Amino acid sequence: MGRFHRHPDGTSHEHGSDHNPEDHNPENQDHEVGDHSGYTATSTSRIAVLEDIFSENDRVAEENRRDFTTHGVRTVNLMSSPGAGKTTLLTRTLAVLAGRTRIGVLEGDIATSIDADRLEGFGAAVALVNTSKGFGGECHLDAVMVRSGLQRLPLADLDLLIIENVGNLVCPAEFSVGEHAKAMVYAVTEGEEKPLKYPVMFRAVDAVVVNKIDLLPHLDFDLALFLRNLHDVNPRARVIQASARTGAGIDEWCAWLLGQATST
Amino acid sequence: MHELSLCEAIAATVTKHAGERSASCVVVRIGHFRQVVPDALSFCWTMLTDGTDLEGCELEIEQVPAVIRCATCGTETTLDVPLMLCGSCEGDDVTLLSGEEFLVVSLDLSEV
Repeated sequence: MGRFHRHPDGTSHEHGSDHNPEDHNPENQDHEVGDHSGYTATSTSRIAVLEDIFSENDRVAEENRRDFTTHGVRTVNLMSSPGAGKTTLLTRTLAVLAGRTRIGVLEGDIATSIDADRLEGFGAAVALVNTSKGFGGECHLDAVMVRSGLQRLPLADLDLLIIENVGNLVCPAEFSVGEHAKAMVYAVTEGEEKPLKYPVMFRAVDAVVVNKIDLLPHLDFDLALFLRNLHDVNPRARVIQASARTGAGIDEWCAWLLGQATST
Repeated sequence: MHELSLCEAIAATVTKHAGERSASCVVVRIGHFRQVVPDALSFCWTMLTDGTDLEGCELEIEQVPAVIRCATCGTETTLDVPLMLCGSCEGDDVTLLSGEEFLVVSLDLSEV
């Protein structure tokens, strides 16, 4: 069995304070921490690595970004929890933007082509990436998955690529896929407190589409409280109130997207 | 939620740097702003390394607190909750100084 130990001072410690510096002294080859029974005193040496755990993902993300730049494509990574309305928003978006800009969608889903099928017929190039290897699948798109999907998109013929990530408020925020901007869709049915519970996602994005505002009269949702929570976590996010069902706010969202497509 | 993927990335880094040598311990540094559950990470590490060349290699997790500095009053605040607000003046013009680390820091290697 692989063995694991955590520092005796609990789950959180600062280096150079209550941590015994000898533990990390490369000269100290006989570590006192953890259960080392079973190891004989062989010549062990500690080497410094200092390599980002995401380095391989980030390397491929950089390749993706280079390809986007080569072909003059701006990319937006669109994220949300399941059911917030990403795909409905995208059908509205494609209806507005088709003919005004050359737009493509890379559709990430754990399984099925249901969402990708909904996006057909708008004159946009659509490619599907399923993250499932049978039952269960990755909870996010990473740079390698996106790279595989890019081979099925005519990048040279696109101005704007929207990457619809897997519905999930946690993992997609951690993985750069080479995008130029990140946006998320948030439904008012999700409650006011989610920015505080999923701060990494809300902090990562440049824009938040607050969706399903047509439902506000039927909900106890406190929009002002949500906006305050969002601001506390990410003061710089652009907020767009919208309803993909009625079409409210769609023009503002499309204008933001076009701004991404033309920014350099 | 993707601790297994992270362990695969850690294992790949360990294998790359270890070469022919045997790794007895890998130290990773993870900021509080990363959504990693240490117990889940260690569980996945054991599961992933069991029966491989890395079996028995210990995973040591250093956690780094999230610290922000306020541009308005200069105060540095260690965050207990992920709110980007200065602990002194409650200003929101803050910069994250630490808490997003996600590194393989070092490896203990022995000659075989």
